[in-house]
Parts: sequence; structure tokens; C-alpha cells
Amino acid sequence: MMKKSRRSFLKVAGVAAVGLGASPAMNFASSDISHPVKSKNEHGLSAHRWGMVIDTNKITDEVVEACVEACHKAHNVPDFNHEVDEEKYPKTRPVNHKQEIKWLWEEEFHNAFPDKEDEFLAEKYHDLPFLVTCNHCKNAPCVKACPTQATFKREDGIVLMDYHRCIGCRFCMAACPFGARSFNFRDPRPFIEKNDPAFPTRTKGVVEKCNLCAERLAKGEQPHCVEASEGAIVVGDLEDPESEVRALLNEHYSIRRKQSMGTEPSVYYVM
Amino acid sequence: MLEIAIKGSKNYWLWIVFLLAVIGAGAVVYIDQFMNGLMITNMSRDVSFGFYIANFTFLVGVAAGGVMVVIPYYLHNYEKFHRITILGEFLAVAALIMCLLFVLVDVGQPTRLLNVWLYPSVKSVLFWDTLVLNGYLGLNIIIGWKLLEAERNQVEPPLWTKPLIYLSIPFAIGIHTVTAYLYCGLPGRGYWLTAILAPRFLASAFAAGPAFLIILCYIIKKFTKFDPGWEAIQTLSKIVCWAIIANLFFFFCEVFVVFYSNIPGHLAHMQYLLFGYHGYHALVPWMWTGITLMILGAVFLVIPQLRNNKTLLPFTCAMIFIGAWIDKGLGMISGGFVPSPLHHVTEYAPSGKEIIITLAVYATGFLILTILFKIATQVKEEVRG
Repeated sequence: MMKKSRRSFLKVAGVAAVGLGASPAMNFASSDISHPVKSKNEHGLSAHRWGMVIDTNKITDEVVEACVEACHKAHNVPDFNHEVDEEKYPKTRPVNHKQEIKWLWEEEFHNAFPDKEDEFLAEKYHDLPFLVTCNHCKNAPCVKACPTQATFKREDGIVLMDYHRCIGCRFCMAACPFGARSFNFRDPRPFIEKNDPAFPTRTKGVVEKCNLCAERLAKGEQPHCVEASEGAIVVGDLEDPESEVRALLNEHYSIRRKQSMGTEPSVYYVM
Repeated sequence: MLEIAIKGSKNYWLWIVFLLAVIGAGAVVYIDQFMNGLMITNMSRDVSFGFYIANFTFLVGVAAGGVMVVIPYYLHNYEKFHRITILGEFLAVAALIMCLLFVLVDVGQPTRLLNVWLYPSVKSVLFWDTLVLNGYLGLNIIIGWKLLEAERNQVEPPLWTKPLIYLSIPFAIGIHTVTAYLYCGLPGRGYWLTAILAPRFLASAFAAGPAFLIILCYIIKKFTKFDPGWEAIQTLSKIVCWAIIANLFFFFCEVFVVFYSNIPGHLAHMQYLLFGYHGYHALVPWMWTGITLMILGAVFLVIPQLRNNKTLLPFTCAMIFIGAWIDKGLGMISGGFVPSPLHHVTEYAPSGKEIIITLAVYATGFLILTILFKIATQVKEEVRG
């Protein structure tokens, strides 16, 4: 009995192995004959290199708040100030606010641009809230540092993360010169006010950050922050001279964060 | 040879039970960390490496320090190190296992650790670090075991161990160099962004490793019939002396460049560590303790009368070991994160749970060290007697 079942198992396994080996070749053959290869998602927005321009003239406290809220709500970013539902998550331990998660947040000028700290900075900039986030650097140090390629750079310049491959070594956090990355020191779910099923929640022990709303660009929609920004934030193709972002950069003086690091940030601030 | 480890005196077993108790306590706390995440630590968004990685970095140095007995013995046929070379190799084994355990307890998703090898990333220094650390561990286990076995059987060690021994020398330098490269290649961290970091790491390693070995020699002499030899210890103490002076010199070079150039991104960290920064100075007394211990240790070793004082020497070595631990442990790691890249100050000190897990990792290392040293010393006693 034992022998027989083992034999039949081996038989099935053998057939399966042959099938597995052959399937890529068969797929190739079938796609070659019947349908032409669709290279790009027709409905999606595409770019050679995605970039963001933030017009500081249009930034107000209200705009900042709206952008941050839109981003964090849609991406299920936990809010450590949120009161935990005791029934659903009993015995949740108190939070350490230093372990918070943020994708997009506000900083003062001298924190956003520590190397441009000016003794006699114009008052206007002194009081202005600066929105900071992942810069989707052209030469991203986090991509280099990641030992598992869980952080990777897409052809269109967006630096993305595979939350299922990340081992939580946090080397990328040490590598990022912009403090753009957060680590899930704990399960984030008790601190998500309303779970948006359109985007996955994360688990404890992995790093996360802004993904430039890659999931929305793929559907032909603008990122959440852009929509909430009342025109203060524009996202577009930096490599396309005809794009709106390039027009903005052409017409105005703009700065980037920590340019001297050579990471080539893709987020510009129009001054 | 393992059978030697299960025959011991009452004190031996008491020590083993004590270590197992510490490991047990740490395991219980680690289960908490495994279930609830690294929230049980005091690490934060701004200080994302803490006590675990600090100790990891320091212990890579202790492991690399073993090469300071290997080079004189195997390359220069320095016979006086004949008895202690195996101790250096076994110390490296224990230190490396502690290093790997510290990495294991530090990652957020330990069950995914093998992703490092499933998706090898040649541009990531961490990938290379796992290779050299495991390589050096393997080399030391094989070399140490085979040579001790040969000594016990009173035959020549197999010929193939020779190339492995020579290979272990660049590996020892390699583990600490690559570990320094983890830090010094990061653009946004001014404290680490210095070409002298790897040399500085090596200098402190060649001080801390042999200093610890001297202390171990004293312990072995007290508790076993095996005598590592005073002359070997004297030579080791000279190695420690030069290495700690080199370490202090490199540190001084660092201080000069940072303060004289006055570049804020580099200056801020050093200011925070040595004098405090914008009213934050948690690590200032800690750092000065480390610097004082290292300087005093160096002075005690330079003066021959003090260096040759058999009672003072283990205390001098302890001072250097602790000084180097402060300098390269919390000072090096926290210093690199404070202030943050956005020039915010978030201070760090390990949580109680973090300390318990850390102690358990050390206890595991000491357990391995005790067993390996017991085997080594007993074999050497047998052969002589």
C-alpha cells in the first residue's frame, strides 16, 4: 500500500515536473502565433522618468494637511494618535511616537534643506511648511543598500518596495539621506482608522515609504497628493521637454534637497 | 573531542547552568519581540540601528582580532604563540556566532533572512558582509578543530589546512573592512562618511580582540592546569598597546578634520557625542568614559613597568576592551544617527528588553567559548602530561 502510493506520487510529480519545464516554451509559442505582445498598459500614465514639482508659492497649511491626509488614508499609513478599537485589538500596548510611520509630511525649511540653512533667510520661507517625501532619486542609495532587492527602481524612475521580500534589516533607512523611510516597529493595523481595501496594509517588521502612487498612475490617475494639492504639486515626465513639470522648471527657479549628495532627487521645489 | 565538554567540575557546570539561565531569559523576551515586533526596543524612525547592531559591529572586531595571533604564529613562526593560537581561533568562532545572532535578532522579518542569498544583490555591502562573516566562521571552525585534533593524535595536521590558514588572514581583515563599508559608503551620514573608518575599525579590533584574549588567558590559568605562558601574554600586550594607540590616533585625525574643516554635516555628530548638541547630551559622559579608558589603557601599556605588572595587566586590558566597546558600539552607531539627516535630534538608549536579549546573545557566545576552550585546554594538558 505504502509502496504503491509512493510510486504513484512519484509518477504524478514526474509528469508535473515535465509540464513545468515545458510551460514557458509553450507560452512563448502560443503568444507568438495568436496575439501580438502588449507591452504597456493602455490606460496607464507612463513616463521616462517620473518627477514631482512642488510650487512653494501655492503651499499653505491647509494644502499640506489635505495632501498628507489623502496620502496616508489611501495607503493605510497608521496614525499613532488614532484611538485603538479595544474590541477589535485587545491589549494593544501604548505607542512610542518616535516609531511612527510617515510617507509625506511637513518640515521647516532648515530641516528640509539642512545644507541650505541661511542665517538671514527670507521670512516667507522661514514660516512656510515644506512638504517632504521620498525623492525617487535617480541614483538611489537605498536601492544599492538593499540586500534582497526588496527596494528596487522601476524603468520609469519610481523607487518601489516589495513588502513581502523585505527582511527588515533597515539598511535602506541608514542609506537614505532624506529620512524618507519608516520601519514598522509593530503591527500597524490597530492604528488605521479606516482600512482602504484598494491598497495592502503592511505587516510588522518591514520598511515602507512613498511609492509616488504607482498604483494610481497605472490606472491613468494622478497621485493622491497631487489631487489634494489644489495645483501646488505637479507630477510628470522629467525627461519630456514638453511636459508640465519641465515647463514649470523652465519658468521658475527651483531647488532640490541635498543636491551635493549626488543622488539626483526627482522632487523639485519651485521657490 | 566533544566528549571532553561533558566531563567537568562542579564550578564548570554551575557556570554552564548560569549561562543557560541567561539564554533562557533572553529567549522568553525574544519571543515577545518575535510576536510583537521591534517595538519592544528603543530604536526609532531616526535611530534605526541600536544596541544590537552596535554589539554586532564591536564583535566583528573581536573576531577579526584573532588574526593577531594567527599572523605571528603562521607567517613568522613565532613559537611562543603556539599554545594560544587555537584560543584566538576559537574566540573568533564564538564572536562570529554572536555577530550572526545579533543580525538575526535585529531584523524585522527573521524568517525571511535567507532572501539575502536567494536574491543576491552584488551592490549591497550587507550581502558581501554575510558572505565574509560566514566564510570566516567556517574557516575558523575547520582550522581550529582539525589542528586541535591533530595535536591530540600527535600527528601533523592535514596538508590542506595550510592554504585555509593563509586564506583566513585576508578574511579576518575582510570581515572588519566590509563591516566598516556598511557604514562609510552612505552619503547622508556625515559621522561615518570617512575613508579612515575601516582602518579605525581594524585598529580598535586589534586592540580589543587580543586584550580580551589576555583576560581569557588569565582565566584559563586560574581555572585549568593549562598555562598559556607569560611570554605569549607579554607579546600580546605589546600588540594591544600599538593597536590602541593607532585607534586613538585615527580618532584624533577624525576629530581634527571634523572640527577644523567645520563642515556642519560632519561636525554635528562629533559635537553631539563629545559636548552635546542643542541641549541634548545623553552620550557625552558615556563617550568621555570610553576615551578616558582607552587613553589610560594606552598609557599603562606603554610604560614597561606597568605593562609587565602581572596584577595590573588584566585590568588594563579590561579598560581597553570596555573603552573600545563604548567607542565602536553605541558611540559609533548612535553617533551616526544623531542628529538625523533632517537635523532633528532623537536620542537613544537601549530598552530593558533590548538589554536582556543582548545579554542572552553574549551568554550564547560565552557558552560556545567555554566549551571550545575547555576542549582546547584539556587536549593541550593531555598532550603535555
